[in-house]
Amino acid sequence: MDVAEWYHGGVYCCGAETRIGFVHKDFPESSMAWFRKDSGDGNDQSKVRTEGLWFKCDSCGAIIWKKDLEAAAYVCNRCGFHFKIGARDRLRAFFDNETWEELDTSLRSTDPLQFVDQKPYHERLEAAMAKTGLQDAVVSAEGQVLGRTVIICAMEYSFIGGSMGAVVGEKITRGVERAIGKNAPLIVISASGGARMMEGMVSLVQMAKIASALTRLAGAKLPYISVLTDPTTGGVTASFAMLGDLNIAEPGALIGFAGPRVIEQTIRQKLPKGFQRSEFLVEHGMLDAVVPRADQKAFVARAFDFFCGPIQ
Amino acid sequence: MVTQARMSEQEQQPNDGMEPEPQGAWARVLLARHPERPHVVDYISRMFESFTEIRGDRLFADDPAIMAGFASLRGRQVMVIGQEKGRDTKARMRHNFGMPKPEGYRKAMRAMRMAEKFGRPIVALIDTPGAYPGIDAEERGQAEAIARNLYVMAELTVPVICVCVGEGGSGGALAIGVGNAVLILENGVYSVISPESCAAIVWRDAANAELAAEALKLTAPDLLELGMVDEVVDEPGDGAHTDWDEAARLLGDAIERNLAALDGVDGESLREARYQKFRSLGSFFTEI
Ligand SMILES: [Zn+2]
Repeated sequence: MDVAEWYHGGVYCCGAETRIGFVHKDFPESSMAWFRKDSGDGNDQSKVRTEGLWFKCDSCGAIIWKKDLEAAAYVCNRCGFHFKIGARDRLRAFFDNETWEELDTSLRSTDPLQFVDQKPYHERLEAAMAKTGLQDAVVSAEGQVLGRTVIICAMEYSFIGGSMGAVVGEKITRGVERAIGKNAPLIVISASGGARMMEGMVSLVQMAKIASALTRLAGAKLPYISVLTDPTTGGVTASFAMLGDLNIAEPGALIGFAGPRVIEQTIRQKLPKGFQRSEFLVEHGMLDAVVPRADQKAFVARAFDFFCGPIQ
Repeated sequence: MVTQARMSEQEQQPNDGMEPEPQGAWARVLLARHPERPHVVDYISRMFESFTEIRGDRLFADDPAIMAGFASLRGRQVMVIGQEKGRDTKARMRHNFGMPKPEGYRKAMRAMRMAEKFGRPIVALIDTPGAYPGIDAEERGQAEAIARNLYVMAELTVPVICVCVGEGGSGGALAIGVGNAVLILENGVYSVISPESCAAIVWRDAANAELAAEALKLTAPDLLELGMVDEVVDEPGDGAHTDWDEAARLLGDAIERNLAALDGVDGESLREARYQKFRSLGSFFTEI
């Protein structure tokens, strides 16, 4: 029942669907390239130019100069709307001096099902690699957060919707193991439609694999903070994203198990306003806090001080 | 039984060649959902003695989409959990078609922890279209409930045998599927997404579910080849629906054998073995 559909003509996964209207039209060039190119059926929203110097906020309509938006980590300076950003932008926001060591960069999916729909999965993979410069939908890294060694796995939504297959599962599991080996805290920043349909059951079992690894991290008394960003749904929410010692989310992020469209089709009624948004989840007890992008680094650093003691 | 009487009526109406018999993966999907296929309650009543149901998650409600209880399997005390779809209309409504809500998963978790506390093995029978996608389920943390079960099952220090007896619907199935052994019935299917949903997404048309079923590699033999399951349990005749008693006997044999294989294994080793199994599961990647 948990179905996911991303964009018309784009790529898909299981877990939840994300409506096109929720995706910011002016998503930075590098990250959204696959989306525009894969959208071939004439939808206006797929044709928005992103090369310009100005961005329009989807939430309040403000026109923001690109340089200002970059300086504000892609948060609207008028209404606080959080634009989607890529995995390396996430790392930049957390690691001191914007430096880190990337881990497990060479892992690639072997297409276990030899999955073919309208296009072979391996071609989708190659296209996603070419567009993002990544091998799959997560970047793992080791670096310093306010002087403390931390492992961060950041998901890349523009790589097949941030979906989780064997590579994402393995990289996050290795990230957990690296944290244990280095006696370091772990942060996973999620942005994902869920399990990757094209890897079938192989993608589903990654949920159990990562959850199992997290039991060992807990056994080592090391903290794990899950940062949920827009969107985090399906098998990613239903595994590591909900298993943090702390679960925090960006404002306005879509977070859930089933996607809103699937729920609407099942229950045949309109969903309440704000349903499955970060603020809804915190009210229902699923998150510790909604933390704006600009405050996240300080938040996690403070939490690590509590968990592990201050840096000497 | 009423159901079996109806079944024999169906048997008296052989396929006369008007409609071609479904083939391949899609035929398995239809068998897994066959209206006369035995459900979890039917296996429970045939395989176990003195099943005693326990209810409620102690947090919010009792969810009949997941049943839990203790029973004896040929002399062994076991905790049984499983999704029940319900057979007639009234029962289907009551069991929500086998689609659990968070309280169902949390009841299962409570039952599993209880089993662990008293050193009893766990038998989990999977048969669900998926976790329920609804407003209430989301409000109460469907994702958290599933995630927590994966985590808790990974840590259990008692034997856990999971069997997909019908439909294994994605995360809603996996939430009771982290076992030392994971089995599937010959005509069971286990998938990350239903073929209809996959077809609707990929081909824009649920009518292509047959193609999707093939592509998803969701049949028992495919899953065995991918290493996703450890064993395929034979079904009688043309499928479990043709002989419930025999289907339950074959399943009981398989569960008993898998439990016996773990006799005397200490809790830490059971946990470690389960960890290693899932750690290496689905390692379909290269390092270039
Ligand atoms: Zn704005």
